[in-house]
Amino acid sequence: MSAQEPITTSRPPVPPAAKSPPAAGVSSAQAEGAVPEITFDIRDLCVFYGASRALQNVTLQIDSHQVTAIIGPSGCGKSTFIRTLNRMHELTPGARHTGSIRLRGRDLYGPDIDPTIVRREVGMVFQKSNPFPTMSIAENVLVGLRLNGVRDKGVLRERLEESLRMAALWDEVKDILGRPGIGLSGGQQQRLCIARALAVRPEVLLMDEPCSALDPLATAKIEELINTLRASYTVVIVTHNMQQAARVSDRTAFFYLGKLVEYDETRTIFMNPANPQTEAYVSGRFG
Amino acid sequence: MTPRPDPTAALHRNSRWGDRSFRLLCLAGASTIFVLLLLVAYQLYHGSQLARAQFGWKFLVGSTWDPVDEVYGALPFIYGTFVSSAIALLIAVPLSVGTAIYLTELAPVRLRQPLVSVIEMLAAVPSVIWGLWGIFVLVPFLRTTAYPPLQHALGFLPLFQGPIYGIGMLTGGIIVAIMILPIVTSVSREVLRSVPNLQREAAYGLGATRWEVTRIAVLSYARRGIFGAAVLGLGRALGETMAVTMVIGNSSDISRSLFAPGYTLASVIANEFTEATTDRYLSALFELGLVLLGLTVVINALAQVMIRAIASKETRRVA
Amino acid sequence: MAMSSTANHRYRRLKNALMNAVSILCAVLVISPLGLILFYLIRQGVAALNWEFFTHVPGPVGQPGSGMGNAIIGTVELLVLASLAGVPIGVLGGVYLSEYGGDRVNDWIRFWADVLNGVPSIVWGMVAYAIAVVPFKTFSAYSGGLALGFIMIPLVLRTTEEVLVLVPRSYREAGLALGLPQWKMISRIVLPTALKGIVTGVLLAMGRVAGETAPLLFTAFGNRYWSHHLSEPIAALPLQIFAYAISPYDDWHRQAWAGALVLIFLVFALSAGVRLLSSERKKS
Repeated sequence: MSAQEPITTSRPPVPPAAKSPPAAGVSSAQAEGAVPEITFDIRDLCVFYGASRALQNVTLQIDSHQVTAIIGPSGCGKSTFIRTLNRMHELTPGARHTGSIRLRGRDLYGPDIDPTIVRREVGMVFQKSNPFPTMSIAENVLVGLRLNGVRDKGVLRERLEESLRMAALWDEVKDILGRPGIGLSGGQQQRLCIARALAVRPEVLLMDEPCSALDPLATAKIEELINTLRASYTVVIVTHNMQQAARVSDRTAFFYLGKLVEYDETRTIFMNPANPQTEAYVSGRFG
Repeated sequence: MTPRPDPTAALHRNSRWGDRSFRLLCLAGASTIFVLLLLVAYQLYHGSQLARAQFGWKFLVGSTWDPVDEVYGALPFIYGTFVSSAIALLIAVPLSVGTAIYLTELAPVRLRQPLVSVIEMLAAVPSVIWGLWGIFVLVPFLRTTAYPPLQHALGFLPLFQGPIYGIGMLTGGIIVAIMILPIVTSVSREVLRSVPNLQREAAYGLGATRWEVTRIAVLSYARRGIFGAAVLGLGRALGETMAVTMVIGNSSDISRSLFAPGYTLASVIANEFTEATTDRYLSALFELGLVLLGLTVVINALAQVMIRAIASKETRRVA
Repeated sequence: MAMSSTANHRYRRLKNALMNAVSILCAVLVISPLGLILFYLIRQGVAALNWEFFTHVPGPVGQPGSGMGNAIIGTVELLVLASLAGVPIGVLGGVYLSEYGGDRVNDWIRFWADVLNGVPSIVWGMVAYAIAVVPFKTFSAYSGGLALGFIMIPLVLRTTEEVLVLVPRSYREAGLALGLPQWKMISRIVLPTALKGIVTGVLLAMGRVAGETAPLLFTAFGNRYWSHHLSEPIAALPLQIFAYAISPYDDWHRQAWAGALVLIFLVFALSAGVRLLSSERKKS
């Protein structure tokens, strides 16, 4: 690794040598008096699996109603990072972390916080689509609601249509809602999983390489729908496909070897990155 | 969209109660294994209290079993259990290994699954039905057709002298052999199947015949696994009750002849438990049960250790 | 490498052919008992099968119209009792091994469960006798069901675990990511996904236990009449077959064969159910 220090704030890019620790609690929005609210405020996050460190001192803020892309070569920690945002990383035995993550000002890992509830607020879509095999399309979409106690048939019907529309799947499946979820094509299954995640009305949608198992046409459909999601959700998407990051995201974070190297507006990261490592990666010279 | 409740307030609700109780429930289920182990050991130990107090270790070597005079000794049954199991292994292991070889190396592919299914069906036949068939089909056949020539040929050995009844130790061993064939065959087959093809190909490459390939590359590699299969079969043989009871003759005299009737630990318990008139009698039967439990637990634990050792060796090799 | 001489080569070819023949012979010998047994069961048993056999209770020797109806029902009742004990405990235990627990503890549980599966069934009869017959001073269906339940628990536990482990991890993650508590994720997503496999394991265990005689000899004990309470001794097919087989009467021998035919039919029906479910699973 070079001697360059990582740039980790959401402020406008500064020359590589400078280190500017973020002032506590001050977001760029307050600093500039301009718009985006902050959904996630992450400070000095380190993640360990047993003795090995997967993430080192990650500090960034994720803005609301934006699509934030996380890019980087394999093994750079991007999956680990995204899983800390909904407390899924702690399912791995031996996982622990230091540092803090705040969701809208509340500490996600506070002693009285129930991870189950966190996961209702921060939804996730996985790399390989995984609709539940014993359930129909409708049952898949509504499973999160039903198992959390929602019984009102009217609410369920309304939420079913709403989620499938948001996932751009309604027209294709509205007549076959009773058919098994696994009977759909790969791209449709993934959109079904998106609908399923959206049905519980999370605030954030995390997407861990959602298109990596899909063909270009299915991928395009999902990218289109990501674009529409930002109106109602905050989206964080991990992708190994840089063109995809460039297409769908507002801000991009580049991770390498467990560190956050650069985080800025997508346009800047791809056209005019401040860090030479970022430049090397986005121009395809490695990873 | 309908308005959404404040998310941060919701973060505090706790689902721990549900998780904890379910986990506890499942833990209770899993720990019944230990409960059962302790239970069976305790009940047999406790139930055999009287007999153990009276006879001590001499019980294991006492060869008299006389409920009338209340003298009890386990030797005839230990002897019978071992001899019938040994006969069963001697018959079943070669046959099973031969069959396993046939199934993995020689049989046409289309035949394999049906044959495996047949063997699974064999494993499902209840012991009492084998016993029924044993009494009315096997025993007469052996008495009239198979044993006389055997005695004629091998009668110089004390093993094959004496009157032929049809029922007896040898018959008991044969029927137990039939009953352990399926399990020894399945496990042997699994073991042979797990021999990597590289071994076979190496031997073929040297110009070996099919049998030579099997002998050199497969069997020697699989030796330990097959031994494990045999030990598993032994564990099963030790505990066989009904079929043995019906054909072994049920006599507590120890005889050198295989044609003479014998008795096994499980059989005597089966026959005499409901006839046990006194507490001491019952206690002696419980002690027989304790011996049987000890034998089967040790042999089965040994078999399990062997099977696990072989399985882990394989995964390590693949990794 | 020098070519072996033709004599040596012929010897090796001969030996090969011989060993082939031997192994085919082994296979034939191993498989033939099944054919033999089915042949005799059908030949000897069919004659005594009639409507009375299924609906009447045993009568005195030679009396026409005797049957094993009570034994058939008794076996069914005992199976239900055994399953009531064996299935919930076994399934929950299997869930623990698959979803919870530490590696080392779970290895021990598995090891001892496998050892328990090798304990002779008569020993379980003795335990059930001590627990359920002696204190209540009566043989009963309860004690018979208990003995059979002891046998079912480790069986169902292992088969359940083996099936649950096959459920892909991503379903669990997807369930948790929706904000489901772990217990709901397991009971409403993982278990239903594995249901067919679990049922298969239960059917296998029931088939095994349906044919057990030894543990019932001094628990259920047998009954020549209909039992009206589960706290009474109860007839069971294997018990009846045994009693008739060792009796000196031809008429009862014939009924034993018939009972055996019914029993094997029951056992094979259960394992046919298993096969059906397994192939359905493979197709989907």
